[in-house]
Amino acid sequence: MRNTRATQSLFTLSKPGRRGALLPACDVPEQPLESLLPPSALADAPPPLAELAEPDVVRHFTNLSTLNMSVDTHFYPLGSCTMKYNSKRNERLVALPGMADLHPYQREETLQGMLRLLFEMQEMLGEIAGLPVVSLQPAAGAHGEMTALFVAAAYFRDLGQRRTKVLAPDSAHGTNPASAAMAGFDTLSVKSNPDGTVDLNDLSAKLDQDTAVFMITNPNTLGMFDGQIREIARRVHEVGALIYLDGANMNAILGITRPGDFGADMMHFNPHKTFSGPHGGGGPGAGPIAVTERLGGYLPAPLVARDAAGVYRLDYDRPKSIGRVRAFFGNVGVLVRAYCYIRTHGPDGLRRVSEEAVLNANYLLSQVKSFLPVPQGDRCMHEFIASATKVKGERGVSAMDIAKRLLDYGFHAPTVYFPPIVREAMMIEPTETESKETLDAFAEALRTIIEEPAELLHAAPHTTVISRPDEVKAARNPAVRWTDGVTKQ
Amino acid sequence: MAYFFNTPEDRQAMLAAIGAESVDELFAMVPAELRLARPLALPAAMTELELTAHMQQLAAANTSASDALCFLGGGSYDHFIPAVVDALSSRGEFYTSYTPYQPEASQGNLQAFFEYQSLICRLTGMEVSNASLYDGGSAVAEAVLMSMHATKRQRRVVVAASVHPEYRRILETYLVNLGTELITVGAPYGTISVDELAKCIDDETACVLVQQPNFFGCLEDVAAIGRAAHERGAMFVVSVDPISLGLLKRPGEYGADIVIAEGQSLGNPMAYGGPYLGIMACREDFARRMPGRIVGQTTDRDGRACMVLTLQTREQHIRREKATSNICTNQGLYALRATIYLSLMGPQGMREAAQLCLQKSHYAANQLTRAARFSAAFDRPYFKEFVVRDADGQVETLLAEAMDQGIMAGAPLGEWYPEWSDCFLVAVTEKRTKDDIDRWANCLTRVNSRREVAHA
Repeated sequence: MRNTRATQSLFTLSKPGRRGALLPACDVPEQPLESLLPPSALADAPPPLAELAEPDVVRHFTNLSTLNMSVDTHFYPLGSCTMKYNSKRNERLVALPGMADLHPYQREETLQGMLRLLFEMQEMLGEIAGLPVVSLQPAAGAHGEMTALFVAAAYFRDLGQRRTKVLAPDSAHGTNPASAAMAGFDTLSVKSNPDGTVDLNDLSAKLDQDTAVFMITNPNTLGMFDGQIREIARRVHEVGALIYLDGANMNAILGITRPGDFGADMMHFNPHKTFSGPHGGGGPGAGPIAVTERLGGYLPAPLVARDAAGVYRLDYDRPKSIGRVRAFFGNVGVLVRAYCYIRTHGPDGLRRVSEEAVLNANYLLSQVKSFLPVPQGDRCMHEFIASATKVKGERGVSAMDIAKRLLDYGFHAPTVYFPPIVREAMMIEPTETESKETLDAFAEALRTIIEEPAELLHAAPHTTVISRPDEVKAARNPAVRWTDGVTKQ
Repeated sequence: MAYFFNTPEDRQAMLAAIGAESVDELFAMVPAELRLARPLALPAAMTELELTAHMQQLAAANTSASDALCFLGGGSYDHFIPAVVDALSSRGEFYTSYTPYQPEASQGNLQAFFEYQSLICRLTGMEVSNASLYDGGSAVAEAVLMSMHATKRQRRVVVAASVHPEYRRILETYLVNLGTELITVGAPYGTISVDELAKCIDDETACVLVQQPNFFGCLEDVAAIGRAAHERGAMFVVSVDPISLGLLKRPGEYGADIVIAEGQSLGNPMAYGGPYLGIMACREDFARRMPGRIVGQTTDRDGRACMVLTLQTREQHIRREKATSNICTNQGLYALRATIYLSLMGPQGMREAAQLCLQKSHYAANQLTRAARFSAAFDRPYFKEFVVRDADGQVETLLAEAMDQGIMAGAPLGEWYPEWSDCFLVAVTEKRTKDDIDRWANCLTRVNSRREVAHA
């Protein structure tokens, strides 16, 4: 039933002279091109794009879409990514002309609805974080991390302290050390205990007056809440350093506990995860950050302020601000969806989000642990890491084999081989928007797969449009653009 | 709540399977003294009906470019978006999927991103494009960092004052912690002087960064700027307006090493500033220095052509602190929209859109500057934007009064360039009709005459 003709390359489908969009004729008196622009600035010919009729384009991309798994079509338990249901209502609301057709340089009096929404968003995120000052500007979680590290660098510069180090657990997301490098810090890795919590002795051994920030994900990337967090914060603060909370796992603790209350000085949110912004095939997300009062002055400008008369305006008067990390106000569309999500749930609903997410994760853990061991034990927060070491040792079946075979059963694979401290890791995050029936079916599929012949699993997937791609070949001879059918070497 | 599944019976059954008494017990890892002892202080939940009414009320408190005539630019533009772009990009299979970690289940996105990369290469005349960055502003900073890695020169970066002021502010923010000196070359007449620029480039300069057309809409002498950069071994980084490439020479033809652009114009709503997408393309030599996701062609085990994420050893999840950037995701959905837009427009559509912008902006400038009060601030060739000087120096009043007449007449320049507080920046896209432009020019001119009458 696949329409393989329609999913040929755009450039194969192209035929000179076809048009997919027509523009009106010029209705102002035209002047000769050469009188307006110097000939040296002009291209000899229009850019050599594909030429397609509108129905061609529709059929091509519609058929391409059917080659994806997505939350709308499949269970997508991709650990750390919080692939929850994305409300259709929020898509409609963000597209209202009064939201979508706003230019960033409009006058403030024409933006009072939008500025109010963004102001309330700052307030609500501050309340959820327990950290009062919020910048909505960063465009993604990693961008938020980097921004917060810029804030920390500016803060220490102001104090006249030259701190050069950032510490992060060995279980941290790769973005943590990469963000630290972009802010000019050296990163030191702190060991984790077998249960994924921070090794306090190793932390203390590495903490000193050169330490600027300790970055921690809590709940951590093993899906465990590190109950030592207050003690960690005490030790970090004792040397004058700051705690950064990677908020990737906020879906587990909404209304349960707040980063500001357990010692964090700065954090980012991933509204596309926690507050259900669609992941868009890899973005856009957003990465708002929340910080303590003491660090608030360093946030990027502008923030939204409300004056005594209830008028909203952009506050650029922030002399200590680090500057900017993105043009205009940030990924506003993602924030509008997150606003809708928070307003839909309210305080009790958000808490229930975390309760159901944690219940679903623990239930799924209970259903798979007998045949797919979970090294961290019987309980987890919103996600857990199963390990395929047993089946790998016995029959040579890897986490990747299992992941690929799950696709045949109509499930997206969990995150595999992360975090790096668990061997043959399969990071499973069901989210709260899945039913017991779906979780049962997924557990059953895993149970079946574990018993299947190794050869079948090594060769999986069998039912997808392609089998496993040769990634080594792709990297060795990169062919990263269409070259008229000739694969470039 | 409509998104939850678990009934009380489900919960009981699940807890029994877990071996827990209550949901609360599942949170035992969170020490009691860290628990929030009260509900979050947030507004109460809303149903779909209530939320819709609330959002419509907020939307109504804005005046949008659908309600008023938009002549605003400066990096975000009111270009036409064909309905097909919205229709296709709102397919759930696209927008509710994620990064193609499982290529067997993501060939739709992967092929779309490969086509995006191919179209961007053809649009810019470059050899390699990534699958997009956050926006045009952060793309500038990423391009500069990339040039610093590629040239192994960390000391100096030279930028034109005619690059978007917000982009330069971002760059400053990124560079301050790395100790790199940022030299800004002035543009007193609307463009930079190549001689002045050349004096600033030394043998430790990583790159020269310019914008074409620049923030004022004017065309820089990019070929000469590129030569000046290359003479000292610096890389030549250009930020472009993708719509202008329907007419203007492609950066690959005038020696650019890295091209970046704000991709909003390619089928994306202005949306009060985002999300947008940052375009980045470079010459092949620098491919392994690029930040962000890149899709490449390969074959599967059965020899079928297919796509995967490639050159991943550049990236943070493998290289951690040694990665080319901390960037994790691309702006997938917006790259998809740009791909659909470019597929619909084709070469001829892009050329016509560029021509309409060019003709209409020149018509607009001519109409307005017939009034003695208004003059063109610069005499350089321009594409779709231009700077108007108000001889009365009443830019704020002028723009406020125009807004009262339902016209977003321009953006005051003084906020970024205090020396030009008597000027404003105007953008004219293909969407503005002759009538719109006449209305705009008449409105601004009338504000003028009313003032004169009042003073008489």
